[in-house]
Amino acid sequence: MKDDVVERIQKNPKFLKMVSTRNNYSIIMSILMMIVYFGYILLIAFNKPFLATKIGAGSVISVGIPLGLGVLVFTIIITAIYVRRANTEFDAMKDEIVKEASK
Amino acid sequence: MIKLRHILGGATALLAAGFVLAAGADLGQAQKQATNWTAITMFAIFVGITLWITKWAAAKTKTAADFYTAGGGITGFQNGLAIAGDYMSAASFLGISGLVFASGFDGLIFSIGWLVGWPVITFLMAERLRNLGKFTFADVAGYRFDPGPIRSFAAMGSLVVVAFYLIAQMVGAGQLIKLLFGLEYTLAVVMVGAIMMIYVLFGGMTATTWVQIIKAVMLLTGATFMALAVMFQFGFSPEAMFAKAVEVHAKQDAIMGPGALITDPVSAISVGMALMFGTAGLPHILMRFFTVPSAKEARKSVAWATTWIGYFYILTFIIGFGAITNLIPNPADYFVGGELAKGLKGGGNMAAVHLSKAVGGDLFMGFISAVAFATILAVVAGLTLSGASAVSHDLYASVWRKGKVDSATELRVSKITTVCLGILAVLLGIIFEKQNVAFMVMLAFAVACSANFPVLFMSVLWKDCTTKGAVAGGTVGLILSVALTIVSPAVWEATLGNPKGSALFPYASPAIFSMTAAFAVIWIVSLLDRSAQAAKERALFPAQLIRSETGVGSSSASGH
Repeated sequence: MKDDVVERIQKNPKFLKMVSTRNNYSIIMSILMMIVYFGYILLIAFNKPFLATKIGAGSVISVGIPLGLGVLVFTIIITAIYVRRANTEFDAMKDEIVKEASK
Repeated sequence: MIKLRHILGGATALLAAGFVLAAGADLGQAQKQATNWTAITMFAIFVGITLWITKWAAAKTKTAADFYTAGGGITGFQNGLAIAGDYMSAASFLGISGLVFASGFDGLIFSIGWLVGWPVITFLMAERLRNLGKFTFADVAGYRFDPGPIRSFAAMGSLVVVAFYLIAQMVGAGQLIKLLFGLEYTLAVVMVGAIMMIYVLFGGMTATTWVQIIKAVMLLTGATFMALAVMFQFGFSPEAMFAKAVEVHAKQDAIMGPGALITDPVSAISVGMALMFGTAGLPHILMRFFTVPSAKEARKSVAWATTWIGYFYILTFIIGFGAITNLIPNPADYFVGGELAKGLKGGGNMAAVHLSKAVGGDLFMGFISAVAFATILAVVAGLTLSGASAVSHDLYASVWRKGKVDSATELRVSKITTVCLGILAVLLGIIFEKQNVAFMVMLAFAVACSANFPVLFMSVLWKDCTTKGAVAGGTVGLILSVALTIVSPAVWEATLGNPKGSALFPYASPAIFSMTAAFAVIWIVSLLDRSAQAAKERALFPAQLIRSETGVGSSSASGH
């Protein structure tokens, strides 16, 4: 590894800003996922009748089914949202920092 | 029906443990069915194609980097499919659809747990792994830590996870071949061991990747066809499908709401933690991130993997309900003695296979059976490769030879290890034939989340973490997760045959305790560590941070 590049990156305030922005984002997204999943599990543990309630009069579908499928879809979507932002915004920030350091 | 424990009949016993340990992990004892030549022929075609690919891959596998990471030339999309192929097991296909068939809604709850680990890998691990690691996840922790202790620990963590996972897969293969092909248990175990060894030995990661990709495509195609066929029967109206299922199912409306799957909140949370964080500590999954050329592709891999796996679980839910609506009205064709009360022919895990016959005839059933069995090959090859890399790259090249070893020697050691692991897997598969291995995949997840994940997480994200802290905490997590599992009902009562209620540890998974303990010990021991080595390790954190966040200086696996 080129030490001078490392040193210049380290001194660049943009680097620390990028790291803190992205770490905060990762942690918020992780917590969001945990709330949704563990929330669903605890809902099942403590309120089964609610999940067995029908979504509408005359329907056999219970509330739990769209909610459960919703958790699956949420998991896919939250991953996609993170990857999209990381691959565009964060990567652009990173490229700029590396470019400035390699000058 | 000797020891035939199918989900339908055994559900109550399993669910009593608090949370299902078995479905999705274990196929139980199966009864040998009539020889199914269509399925055997289709499977032979799959093996033929994959061996031909292995021949092509062998020509490209010259260095240790080719062997471990396919030269780093896999794209994000391909790697996403390969990860899905590595993760979607026969047990999750047959087991989850079988659980939906037996209990409806509970099967959905169960499948969700197997998906929620993926965002965690994406947000916290994927990119940093790619930037810091080269061949194994120990490279990541080894960046600033003392290589001897940390790599020995990481190799141990990997091998324990691989061993439990491998036993479950081998026993599953033996049971499946009886069900799907009507062949002998031992034949399956030896065949899986031999074919897998050929893939890994000659084709390394390139062959393994393509076997996983082909398997993923076949499984997703087959499952999509089945789900569409079911939805077509009901004019694509979920309401009509669920209404028919409620009408014919013995449990009637109860299949639409939560049943006995979650009763004890502590067990539920603990199992949830094992699945959520354990996925980010599975060595054969983590290893896949080194096969792509950049952090960007690593992120794309997980996004695709999550999409395919999530889609697959939605399909298995529809397939389970399709099995209810298609099989129950025709007991003569699908149930033992034509009686609903006696359960499905071949057991509850056969729901998806019988459904494939109902919607696609014998030929399609042959295809689905072949796919279900081929699935095991792909998973086992990935496991063996990660076990071999832990031995050759971490223990041999880094700890024993202190990095002073050429690529050719390291490659030779990994190949010798592959053969040893292959033989060991076959032997373990035979030894465990009559054992209840239901707990083993859950145990692998518990160890992964209590030993591997905390060490990786803290070494990458906490600047004050030291070798002593990581090794101490990881070891505590490893020992505690194994020990608590042994004294839990699933092993102490269900496997070792002690009386009910005698288990010392009442919960379905140790994760909530063992993972917390691992983090606490890493934190305390690191804080108390005032050695010169610790100061050196802390001083290396800024450089590690730059590499993990920007990829500057990271190993380009393709550059040779």
